[in-house]
Amino acid sequence: MNTIGNVTGIIANLVIVETEGTTAQNEICFIKHGDTRLMAEVIKVVGNKSYIQVFESTRGLKVGTKVEFMGHMLEATLGPGILSKNFDGLQNDLHKMEGVFLKRGQYTDPIEMDKKYKYKVLAKQGDKVVAGSWLAEVEENWIPHKIMVPFTFKGEYTVKSIKGDGEYAPKETIAVLTDKDGKAYDVTMVQKWPVKVPIRAYTDKPRPFKILETGIRVMDTLNPIAEGGTGFIPGPFGSGKTVLQHNLSKNAEADLVIIAACGERANEVVEIFTEFPELDDPRTGRKLMERTTIIANTSNMPVAAREASVYTAMTIAEYYRAMGLKILLLADSTSRWAQALREMSNRMEELPGPDGFPMDLSAIIANFYSRAGFVYLPNGKSGSITFIGTVSPAGGNLKEPVTESTKKVARCFYALSQDRADSKRYPAIDPIDSYSKYLEYPEIAEYLNKTIDENWTASVFKAKDILLRGKEAYEQINILGDDGVPLEYHIRYWKSELIDFVILQQDAFDKIDASSSLDRQNFMLRRTLEITDMDFDFDSFEDVGLYFKRVINALKQMNYSVYESEEFDKNKKELHKVLKEQQEKKEATAEGSKEKEEVKA
Amino acid sequence: MEKETKAFQRVYTKLFQLTKATVSLKAKGIGNEELAIVDGRLAQVVKIMDDMVTLQIFGGTEGIATNAEVIFAGKAPSLKVGDDLAGRFFNAYGEPMEGGEIIGKEREIGGPSVNPVRRKQPSEFIPTGIAGIDLNNALVTGQKIPFFADPDQPFNQVMAMVALRAKADKIILAGMGLTRDDYLYFKNVFDNAGALDRIVGFINTTEEPPVERLLVPDMALAAAEYFAVEKNEKVLVLLTDMTLYSDALSIVSNRMDQIPSKDSMPGSLYSDLARLYEKAVQFPDGGSITIIAVTTLSGGDITHAVPDNTGYITEGQLFLRKDSDVGKVIVDPFRSLSRLKQLVIGKKTREDHPQVMNAAVRLYADAANAKTKQENGFDLTDYDERSLEFAKEYSRKLLAIDVNIDTNEMLETAYDLFSTYFKPEEVGLKQQFIEKYWKNKS
Repeated sequence: MNTIGNVTGIIANLVIVETEGTTAQNEICFIKHGDTRLMAEVIKVVGNKSYIQVFESTRGLKVGTKVEFMGHMLEATLGPGILSKNFDGLQNDLHKMEGVFLKRGQYTDPIEMDKKYKYKVLAKQGDKVVAGSWLAEVEENWIPHKIMVPFTFKGEYTVKSIKGDGEYAPKETIAVLTDKDGKAYDVTMVQKWPVKVPIRAYTDKPRPFKILETGIRVMDTLNPIAEGGTGFIPGPFGSGKTVLQHNLSKNAEADLVIIAACGERANEVVEIFTEFPELDDPRTGRKLMERTTIIANTSNMPVAAREASVYTAMTIAEYYRAMGLKILLLADSTSRWAQALREMSNRMEELPGPDGFPMDLSAIIANFYSRAGFVYLPNGKSGSITFIGTVSPAGGNLKEPVTESTKKVARCFYALSQDRADSKRYPAIDPIDSYSKYLEYPEIAEYLNKTIDENWTASVFKAKDILLRGKEAYEQINILGDDGVPLEYHIRYWKSELIDFVILQQDAFDKIDASSSLDRQNFMLRRTLEITDMDFDFDSFEDVGLYFKRVINALKQMNYSVYESEEFDKNKKELHKVLKEQQEKKEATAEGSKEKEEVKA
Repeated sequence: MEKETKAFQRVYTKLFQLTKATVSLKAKGIGNEELAIVDGRLAQVVKIMDDMVTLQIFGGTEGIATNAEVIFAGKAPSLKVGDDLAGRFFNAYGEPMEGGEIIGKEREIGGPSVNPVRRKQPSEFIPTGIAGIDLNNALVTGQKIPFFADPDQPFNQVMAMVALRAKADKIILAGMGLTRDDYLYFKNVFDNAGALDRIVGFINTTEEPPVERLLVPDMALAAAEYFAVEKNEKVLVLLTDMTLYSDALSIVSNRMDQIPSKDSMPGSLYSDLARLYEKAVQFPDGGSITIIAVTTLSGGDITHAVPDNTGYITEGQLFLRKDSDVGKVIVDPFRSLSRLKQLVIGKKTREDHPQVMNAAVRLYADAANAKTKQENGFDLTDYDERSLEFAKEYSRKLLAIDVNIDTNEMLETAYDLFSTYFKPEEVGLKQQFIEKYWKNKS
């Protein structure tokens, strides 16, 4: 029998309910407001009063209204049919909702319980299984979707019976399992899981040891993210966060991409809705939308559901990870989620932490990031969730609680700089402020040197060094003037500009340049470093810039042409020509000075 | 307590608590966000604790006595909508300023949001004739974009101009803390342009209580939704000034003892602003709501909570700046940004539009660098000199807000300037465009 309560207080979407029975923290309940039922979650209990946050508008709600507690936490429905869907933060299928405007109290099924799927059995009668063991697989788009032993099952079970190959719907029982006492349990293709609890259906979670290729040079080359790693992108508005995220979701080497659009602009989500079904997945040739799921809680949708949306997204990612897939999870923006926490904390009159955020903000963020990772499954296969969150720091100031809390847990830091965005140097990831802790992992370094190039990590650190020295030279030039510094400073600056233009900058809107393979990145980095290793001879500082602009142009044209194509080779030759000029000039000067010396002698 | 009222109304006369903006009293059966009249002033329920109801009084609580009469309306705030709205001006409560009634049906204000999967991607260009906007920061229907401006800048004038030229079916003006002078200015401009029948105004002037402002954008957007959804019209909503609206939010949150966050603004500022701005939408049936707002800055500071949160919500921002070299107010090409321009430029406008736009801004940036060099006493190269000359003409003929030409003319003007001061290779346009459009003026 469910606990029933009565509303006794209302402050915006915080509602206080007096109950007689038991209620639990994070328990879901429904307020019976007229003909509609408004979903809410318990966030605090004092005596017989439960404080609940309502996932909908509370307009018109009255004291005395009945509330029914459901005896479970907010759950995600997991089964075939999740891919390509657009859900709201509570996993309602947005397409199934009626009307142009969202009606409160309208909840729709996340998956189609009656739709038949082509089904292939994987386990057999008598098999010993545990939570997460694969029983069968069905075809969901092109993904082999595994039907697993529900994650809620504890201990070992035996397959008593299982259906053979055929076509079944998610609601049908496909297997019967028995526990050690011989008690039988029916298993369907669908299971439920509380979103705030991590799914731990894995045997081991090692340190990440390989990188996730994103096709974005400034990330892969300079600050790679590990498969199963975590990263975050803080940046002021207008610094290109959204374009970068979209590009990541298009080009990263992941089986599935899950996007949590958390408290951001609706038109940006519409852009994904409109473009992804049309765009080709560069890796499979299928449509991007087939491997994408979107959890949309735009900024004008109810605030409490915003908090739920990131957990729903993470739970779906964990579900697919248990099938042995590589998942990329993007959350834009985690700051809006933190603000949702702040609004509730404020309404509950909790003592505030820094900037009014709740005191446990750091712990909440850390917990969430820790759900990502590379895991080994019970059957020895592996799966991963790579998580990248964006942060929208107030006033672009990185010394604010959300950025600082995230910095403590995320291992990659991609700092978007306003200056780079203003000068249209995209992606505006600052090469000096950003970092990837994974570069310091010996296992990652070993992996990189083995798979890309034996000198890879050394080259990367060298490139970073050149960028830093270039920046220092630039500052000197700015203070002392073009004429006030040795020519060497100009060369040093332009060598860093070379790396900036050729490696760091990348045209997300160009078909070819938008994504660069590791092979190609290796080639370009080596070529660029060969040039920065050269000695140059110039008559004046003006010549330095003019000359390097030609070198940059040749290399950029290479970035714009198909790798190892005829056009690519043509541009390679052009580069060679430009470089040879300098060589000859240098030799001539060397000759000249030799003659002079001879004359002197 | 004996008073003749309608059946659903309940009347109370004993106030328990009074603050500058709120009153509390014991009452039963009251709905959250329900409207009430307290001593003749409009109020709304903001908090209910058992039988203690707290009301926010929009007009302020000056002079309200503890025995004031409180009548609950049994419904949330709403606006009567109908074609009858066109050509009229209303106060913050949606009552016609010149008196009279509205014929129409009630529409709840601050209603639910549009299902994101029912939106259409914005794709219709809004020409304004101002090159600083059309050429560099093209506006699109369904977009939301504010002017970030200091109080002394002519943002209201520019906004009125944009509104009149935008070919919208309806222009809805939401004036929050508008000076009476500015209100009359808007009225005159629209009247002189013969556009009054397309205008609907919801006005809170500085003469009226600040908390009243909180109703204004919701009223305006409810009217906008009526025209866009039910009449499939293209609606342009002007919100001026959102900083004053936010100030009113902070006053109320302060009176309700909420913990302030950055710059004394309520912690929910982002959600409060997003709720309004996200009403901008392109509907699949052709109707649209486009929002142009004003956020006044203090001393150009965009890190203040209001412009900062706004920047994260809106699709770009427009900056006005006085260019002292040519003595005109221009649309700053560096700091202004329209995030949706990619959806129309070069697609709905001429093919070379994106390239010309970028090239001109790049050259203008070169001029800015040359200027810094000049100010620091370094020698200028010939290129520096030419870019400085170019910048002046670019400012005068294209960036200035008094420009009124169509997009093709803007592009032609740009080529005129390019060819006067530069060689084609210095401008860096695609070869095909140079062949097609570059004019040899030698």
